[in-house]
Order: sequence, then structure tokens, then C-alpha cells
Amino acid sequence: MSIFEYAPAPESRDIVDLRPSYGLFVNGEFVDGGGAPFKTVNPATEEKLAEVAMASADDVDRAVQAARKAYGVWSAMPGAERAKYLFRIARIIQERARELAVLESLDNGKPIRESRDVDLPLVAAHFFYYAGWADKLEHAGFGADPRPLGVAGQVIPWNFPLLMLAWKIAPALACGNTVVLKPAETTPLTALLFAEICQQADLPPGVVNIVTGAGETGAAVVAHPDVNKVAFTGSTEVGRIIARTVAGTGKKLTLELGGKAANIVFEDAALDQAVEGIVNGIFFNQGHVCCAGSRLLVQESVQDELLTALKRRLGTLRLGDPLDKNTDIGAINSAEQLAKIRSLSDIGEQEGAERWSPACELPERGYWFPPTVFTGVAQSHRIAREEVFGPVLSVLTFRTPAEAVEKANNTPYGLSAGIWTEKGSRILWMAGKLRAGVVWANTFNRFDPTSPFGGYKESGYGREGGLLGLEAYLDV
Amino acid sequence: MPYRSGLELSHLVGDAVEVSTLTSSLADVASSGATLRAFLHGLPGIDRVGADQRAATLGTRSIKTSAKEMAIDLAISMVDLTTLEGADTHGKVRAMCTKAQHPGEGAPRVAAVCVYPDLVAVAAEAVRGSGVKVASVATAFPSGRSSLEVKVSDTALAVAAGADEIDMVIDRGAFLSGDYLKVYEEIVAVKAACGEAHLKVILETGELSTYDNVRRASWLAMLAGADFIKTSTGKVSPAATPPVTMIMLEAVRDFRDQTGRQVGVKPAGGIRTTKDAIKNLVLVNETAGGDWLSPDWFRLGASSLLNDLLMQRQKLATGRYAGPDYFTLD
Repeated sequence: MSIFEYAPAPESRDIVDLRPSYGLFVNGEFVDGGGAPFKTVNPATEEKLAEVAMASADDVDRAVQAARKAYGVWSAMPGAERAKYLFRIARIIQERARELAVLESLDNGKPIRESRDVDLPLVAAHFFYYAGWADKLEHAGFGADPRPLGVAGQVIPWNFPLLMLAWKIAPALACGNTVVLKPAETTPLTALLFAEICQQADLPPGVVNIVTGAGETGAAVVAHPDVNKVAFTGSTEVGRIIARTVAGTGKKLTLELGGKAANIVFEDAALDQAVEGIVNGIFFNQGHVCCAGSRLLVQESVQDELLTALKRRLGTLRLGDPLDKNTDIGAINSAEQLAKIRSLSDIGEQEGAERWSPACELPERGYWFPPTVFTGVAQSHRIAREEVFGPVLSVLTFRTPAEAVEKANNTPYGLSAGIWTEKGSRILWMAGKLRAGVVWANTFNRFDPTSPFGGYKESGYGREGGLLGLEAYLDV
Repeated sequence: MPYRSGLELSHLVGDAVEVSTLTSSLADVASSGATLRAFLHGLPGIDRVGADQRAATLGTRSIKTSAKEMAIDLAISMVDLTTLEGADTHGKVRAMCTKAQHPGEGAPRVAAVCVYPDLVAVAAEAVRGSGVKVASVATAFPSGRSSLEVKVSDTALAVAAGADEIDMVIDRGAFLSGDYLKVYEEIVAVKAACGEAHLKVILETGELSTYDNVRRASWLAMLAGADFIKTSTGKVSPAATPPVTMIMLEAVRDFRDQTGRQVGVKPAGGIRTTKDAIKNLVLVNETAGGDWLSPDWFRLGASSLLNDLLMQRQKLATGRYAGPDYFTLD
């Protein structure tokens, strides 16, 4: 027991008005689904939060029809008018930020500190940013009068439910498209609260439609013949299926898939900040981040020093109740994901890597996994090649910058990378050599709506965010 | 990395310093200006953006109920209650010393009172037997612009008058012009003049400007024998910002890992509210660790902070805020 124990400081959940059941949001109204409703649980306690409607193929069809009908009005509206709606949505998100943050942490398991300080500010920022583009599209570099595509079918993951919704909906609407969005099965609630916000903002019916459900619902959205654009964020495996479905249909497609990012620490790095960057790279959001820095490449000359500092730092991480304002590591989102993390970690151990976790008490109920570091990892280990999507770091070493580049690029993925050095020229040299969509220098997991995001190789194609993010939603 | 050269012990320090506490790996560091410079410039750099971000994140810790009660009393016990004005008088100092011993109902006494050298005797008399220490600034405080001879006699004056602790300033001019050896030798000389008194070395981080300089100055002071490293005089802004305090806490943590000797930290200047004080305790807890959470190893240099701590203490106990007139102004 240390001298200074932080007393529990839970954020109140009273601000969230949880309903026992939720419908689909189609044509501006909440309606029942054709399938059997499913439940969504709080992963920190396994408590049932609500029943959610399951959209059948017919429901998806109605949603697409509503979006098609609304497309006429929405795409013909002057950009400045569309911007007003988007600005209004952004402001309502800010006003209701605490409610959204608490609900996100309840449904997803992520710490309130992250949903409050990272997710929600970024969600609002995305809407503000793309609201600003709505009346300036002719100046965006896509020709004199770029046209929207039509109806966008969007399927998003459970790791950043509301933020991924913002990344998809904000640019789509700014460009004049209408959307049918399917949130992840385990985290539908903030998307449905967002639907309420659309009502509150008087958004014309049908511009945003939310259909909840599992994989089949998503497949119906992607395959619907009247959808003009498909945007997906999720696993490479599902991305492949979607690419096959969409091939030859004329639908425009963007995919944001998995990653196995290298976080590269040179001997001349600012070591204390590098330690923070490593922690933020792999333990942020329980490692449920497609661009997570899951492979630490450390120069051999500072390996011992860095790992000692890293382990000491991991000893201070606070795992527990996601709604406690002092929690650093929350719950794993689902039993299924927990099983996958456990299985890959066990394989890491069997293949001979050395496993380490700080002393860390896991709550009895709920889905939990301690922050875990594997040392002595080689490129050939499965934990160095496959995406764990959990709080598991693989530590590898290198001797020279060239070897660091070779190892960093030696993966089928290419979403992100991190470089830690005080030498500016080396940062530029490395950034030019790394085959990754985002390269962070002396920081990690920093996002901004002005900065495009997307992958190389099996991490997907197309870019979201920034000016380039407009291209995915314009007929160019 | 720089701290790896295995070198002779004997060159390092003047006889005033407890030589046995340093490991041989740092022994030769101060044998010349060149080796000292090579060592300090070989310390790992600090990325300003990352350091600011980490300190800001720690600033969001939410300290409530029982943790807050404990933190407020701990903070009160760490206060160096300070008056450093040209207008200070015997009466003013005596009043402050009374408050230091009896801050409020049930509240612990503060760690020390901090005054100019000519008022040390008054303060020492006023706090005698109470356990409150007397600290004195010295060495041509606050600018440090005088000869070594004057600085040493300034220190000797304060010690002779009964100071338990000396807060010296470093020669920032020499530091910024790269003459690290001069700064080092001055600290060694002042340490010798301190005798039994503890030495706190004020880096005046607001004038050092970069975080790299803060780290280098921290190591320089510790190598020269500082018992405490202190951020600021309180006369320069910015003073004790959270990232600067955090970097100094990292320095004492790393220094103990390297040498086995523990050095204290004192942020001073700009800490006015209970919230500020608690943020400092969180920084200690999560950077250097619990070993530093005592008045022996962490101090808060402040004057107006104490009343805010007392006010929040009463609020926790009674559920209501009392008006400012219920807290004494001394």
C-alpha cells in the first residue's frame, strides 16, 4: 500500500438516460427492426445495458431508400446551408459531451479520461472541420464543381464508436451525400444517441440513417445495389470480403483495416518521453487501436535502460472501473476479443518470447487483460506479425537505422509508425523510407481532423481526414 | 549513455561532500570543465511537447474525499512558509513563525519558515523547539550576482544565526555561458560553508528556459552535493510549472538509481491553490514515487498557499466554505 492512494473518483452515470430498448433510426424516426433484438453489455461488469433492434435486409433497404430520397434535397442544398446543420451538430456534441463520453465508456469499456479528453473533443472537431469545407468544395482542388456520390454505406468498428462515426459521417454530409451507417454490434449506443442529436439539430429526415445489427446487417448495407459508396473500418479479413462484394459494381470504396505498427526508439531519443509514447502507443484504449504501436523496435544500446524505465512506468498504470476518472486502462470490449488476446499471448509464450505484466489486480467480473510486454521477440513470432488488438507489446531490437527500416516495413500491414530520436535529419530520412500511412515523430497516436489517415498494403486504401478525406466522398 | 564510464572516486568532490554516497561510475565527471560538459550534454534529451503533455495528463488526476484529506494535510506539512521582501521586519517574521507552528485547528505544522539571512536569528528564536525548521536564502539571492567570497560569507552568516537549511541560487550567467565547472565549484564551496545545514540549490528554471537545461542543472547540482534541488526564487516568472517540477523529479529518481543517494525537490513560486499543491503531490507520486512523499524529500515553497489549504481542509470537514476573514493573514 503506497502512501498516496487515490480514492475512487467515479463519473456519475446519472447524466445518461439509458432506455431499455432502442430502435433503428430510419428516415428521421426510430423504428423497430425485422430481426430478433440483441443486447449490448457493459464490458466492465457484463451488465446488460439495453436491447437493440436488429436490422434485417428489408430494414437496410428501407434505410437506403430513405437516404436516396433525402439525397435529392441534401445534395441540392447550397453548401453554406449544409454547413449550418453540421456546425449545429458539432455544437450539440460539445454541449452533450459528458453524456456522450459516459455512454461511450459504459458501452465500450474505455476509460472516461480517454472518452472525455480524446474521443469527444475529436468527434466535435471533425464535425467543425468538415462543416467548414461544405461551402468551399470548389476550392478543394477537385475541379470547379465537384459532385457528391449519392448514398454512402458505412460500417464502423467498436474501438472508437463515436469517433469512427464522425470520421465517416462528417465528410460524407459536407460533400452532399446521405448515409446509412451500421455501428458495431457491441457498441451501438452512442450512434443511437447521435441519431437523437440529428433530430435535435433538425437534420432533414433520411440524411443520416443508423441501422444496428451484426455482420449480416453490415453485409446487406455493403451489398445494397443503390449504395454508391462504401466506407469500412475494421479487420483486414472483413475488408477483403467487402472488396470482393464491391468489385465490379462501380461503388467507390475506402477501407481502413488492421495494422502492426513499429514504434522505433533510437539511442539518442528523449527517453522519458519515448516511454510515454510507447505507453500511449500500445496501452491507449486497451490497445484496441488499428494504428497501435504494437511492435517496439529499440536500438540495442539502450534496450536495458529503456525497458527498465518502461516497466517502472507500467507499474503506475491504473486498471479498473472505466468510469473512474483516474483509470488508465479499462475493460476489453468483448469476451470474443478477450479470448483472441489470450490466445495470441499464450502462443507468444509458447513460441519462446518472455512475457511480463506489472502487478495488477483484475476485477472479478467483466472482460479484463493486464498490460503485457513480450521481450526477446523475433520477427518470426506470431505476436510480431499478427494484429493482437489488445494491450500487448512485442519488443524487438535493431542495431542500425537501415535495420530498423527493414524490420518496420517487414509486415503485410502499413498503417502507422513512430520514430523517436532527437536528430531531425534522421526523422526525415526514416519517414521517407517507412511504408506506413502515418509516421509520427516523437509522439504517437495523435489525431487531428486536418490530417489525413489511412494505410499502405493490407492496411487498406483511401484516406480519411483533411483535404484528402473529401476525395472519398466526391465524384472525382 | 554518459553515466557508464568507470572512473576514480576521489576526483569528484570537495571534502565537504559525503563521498561514500556516490558510486564510482560518476566519480570523475567533475574533474574538468570538459568532462563535466560531456557528461551533462550526454544526458538524454527532453522533448518539450511530450513532457508538457505528460504533466498535463497527470494534472487531470481526480483526488477526492479521503485521498484529498490526506493530500491536504501532507501538503501543509511540506510547506516552506516564506517571506522574502525588502519590507520584512522582526514583527512580520515572528507572526509568520507563529502561524507556521499553529496553522489552524488540527492542522499539522509546516515544514519550515524561509527568510533572508539577517532575520534567521529572529525566526530561529520564534520556532525553537517546535520542530519547524529555519531555512534561509543566501548567496546574493535572488540574482546570485556577487563574488564567491561574498556568497560563502552570506551562507556562513545564515548558518551562524541558526539556519537549518540554506537555499542558494546558482550562477545562471555562468550556466548559460557553458561554464558548468564554475557553477559546480560554487555549489561545492557553499555546501562546505553549510556545515550541518541542508543545502537546497535553486536552479531558477524560468531563466534556464529549456527543459534540457533544467535536467542538466539538476544533475549538476546533485553531483555537487545538493540535498535538495529547488525550481525558483519566486522572483522570476515562470516559476514552478508542472513540467519543470516533473523533470526535476525524474532527475532525482534517476540520480538515486545511479548513485544510491536520494535528493529532495522543492518547487517554489506560483503554487497558490490547493489544486496546484495536489497536482504537485500527484507528480511526485507518479514520477519519483512514494519515497519522496514526505517533508524530508519534498517541499512546497509558498506563502499564500497555506490559507487555501486550510480553507479546503475546513470545507472537507464541514461541507461549507468559511469566509476569508476566518483565516489569519500573517
